[in-house]
Amino acid sequence: MSTNVAQFQEAAARVTADTRQRQFIRTALGNYEIARDKRKAAFQSWESARQAAALTKWEAVNHLDTHLEELVAKLEARGTKVHWASNGTQAREIILGIVAAKQAKSIIKSKAMTSEEIHLNEALEKAGFEVVESDLGEFIVQLRGEAPYHIVFPSMHLTRGQIRELFARELGSTSSDSPEELTMVARRVMRHKYITADIGFTGGNFAIAETGMISITENEGNARLTAALPKTMVTLIGIEKVLPKLADLALFLPMLATAGAGQPLTCYNTMYGGPRQPGEADGPEEWHVVLLDNLRTELLADAEQRDALHCIRCGACLNVCPIFRNVGGHTYGTTYSGPVGSVITPHLRGLQDWKHLSNASSLCGACTEACPVKIDLHHHLLHNRRNAATEKPAFLERMGYKIFGIIANDPLFWSLAKKFGWLTQPLQKLVMGTALDPARAWTKTRDLPPLARQSFKDWWKHRP
Amino acid sequence: MNEREKILTRIREALKVPAPSPGTHAPASHLPVPGVPGLPSLRVPAPTTAAPVEARRWLPKVGPGFPEQLALFAQNAADLKATFQIFANWTELNAALVQLRDAENWQRVASHQSELSSQACAALQRPVCWTDKGYDVLALESCDVGVTECDALIAQTGSVLVTSRSAGGRALSVLPPHHVVIARREQLVADLPAAFALLQQKYAPEFPSMMGFITGPSRTGDIERILVLGAHGPKKLTIFCV
Ligand code: SF4
Repeated sequence: MSTNVAQFQEAAARVTADTRQRQFIRTALGNYEIARDKRKAAFQSWESARQAAALTKWEAVNHLDTHLEELVAKLEARGTKVHWASNGTQAREIILGIVAAKQAKSIIKSKAMTSEEIHLNEALEKAGFEVVESDLGEFIVQLRGEAPYHIVFPSMHLTRGQIRELFARELGSTSSDSPEELTMVARRVMRHKYITADIGFTGGNFAIAETGMISITENEGNARLTAALPKTMVTLIGIEKVLPKLADLALFLPMLATAGAGQPLTCYNTMYGGPRQPGEADGPEEWHVVLLDNLRTELLADAEQRDALHCIRCGACLNVCPIFRNVGGHTYGTTYSGPVGSVITPHLRGLQDWKHLSNASSLCGACTEACPVKIDLHHHLLHNRRNAATEKPAFLERMGYKIFGIIANDPLFWSLAKKFGWLTQPLQKLVMGTALDPARAWTKTRDLPPLARQSFKDWWKHRP
Repeated sequence: MNEREKILTRIREALKVPAPSPGTHAPASHLPVPGVPGLPSLRVPAPTTAAPVEARRWLPKVGPGFPEQLALFAQNAADLKATFQIFANWTELNAALVQLRDAENWQRVASHQSELSSQACAALQRPVCWTDKGYDVLALESCDVGVTECDALIAQTGSVLVTSRSAGGRALSVLPPHHVVIARREQLVADLPAAFALLQQKYAPEFPSMMGFITGPSRTGDIERILVLGAHGPKKLTIFCV
């Protein structure tokens, strides 16, 4: 068994046994659902909006080359430096190069899942730079030395008491555990960092081809400050983030807010079109945009699952997923967790090593229904299962199905199996719980009901 | 081949196989959804002039008249915990500003040179840190309030639309703990599509380097998903309209 599977199973068992934690997550996500439903209802037609958003993304992704070229030409025309990175190593080198050339000491970051994806913080810290996450949730998990628990709510697994203890230990704060006071502690720490930081680092939610802009969505104002104060700004985004038109945001901004957090609009939605322009009061002197492929083109090449690149990282599929709710975000051991993570991780990190994520699903389809851009998430889990099995069929499983095929295709074998199948059950009792037990995954926690001695068909024929 | 060429080549290679339409397992087809224009065929290059999908039909409804839109904006602002007031004339607005100044004991004001904001600063009679020609960050940070103009107020969402040109740069509207927006009633627009149309018409193609929607005071829910205002940006947002 690969270590990823073992890790997943161990963590899943541990978290599902922690009923307090599960209750905590369920309450938080229950409140999210109420707010989201209210916002959805405010739309004249949420379903049409989803369809329109899906079509827009389809257009963007299926003409990605044209849109990217337009985006880059427009960005460069306003003095932005654009870099292309095929993989994480290249992206890290580009960013380290910029930071070194600026002789920077400290870097202030606003939330970016792409930076988690390429493990940027570790690389920067190893090279001797100070990196501070400014998003409150990200700041908290950074202090704990953890990965974000959720792509939108990074610290949702922690109670205020845990955060108070963390701040007392790491920052010497004497705050009570009121969320208000704790937030102000972080605000004070961060103000100082903003003023002294040499580099501001951001991610991006959308890239507008038509006007050459990067749009950033956030609630706290930390990205606004990151893009305003430091002299150099660096933005790392995936190549799939393009939208054709500026006006497309009129649909995507409220949909992202609604699906992601049940808000009508996120507090700050900001479009950046360049570094400080002549006549402007402030802003970075230099702006570097790094476009990251990192196997996104592999996913693009899989036409069947190409729509997974429509993802706007709203987190809605995580919030409604019964698996995510019970096993929690860290169990996945991936940058992107939940249904969308289970779909794309096998593409980004290897199908055989991550195929177990496709099985961690009840196939209820809640994710597909929640997705604002209509990604066919639960079918893609099935596609991954199929692809994994075709690529590397498990010997015993294949034999099992072969034998089953022979029996099921032959009326005589089938009726014999029905008649005498129950006789084999005592054999299973002998090996129960051992590696030889074919029903081990079931019998570990449940009873195996006895096979009936009479088949339904038989009973029907002789019914009184 | 540089990385740019390599990535673009991989993309073009990948796109040779057409993808199914969204939400279906069928091959690319034009989905018959009422009102949504069909997809361009894969073999045709991406249209560069196609109108974006008309979002207005799906988004939350906004009434047509000014009174309805004003009422909607006021309601949204209240839900967002922003303060919104509309005044009959400048004298009333200035009086309200002075009242706010005294209530919060403002010592230093930050602003930018433009008709409405300069006018407000004159009424406030406090030392002003002007951001227009560059400024000292520490001085701006120590101000009690940032006073700016805006490009539009959006009834549909209760948002304020600002740009680096209309609102004194990037930091003025987020660094001080209280952001006061001075707007004219004509600046109220119905919805987000109208706001984007306005940006295009006002600025294209030389857009300001920053354009953004501010929807209520800065907020976070990162601790137990409990709402706290003033995470990094302003704790208070006041919108005065004349
Ligand atoms: S897959 Fe859909 S629901 Fe999930 S994060 Fe992406 S856009 Fe949101």
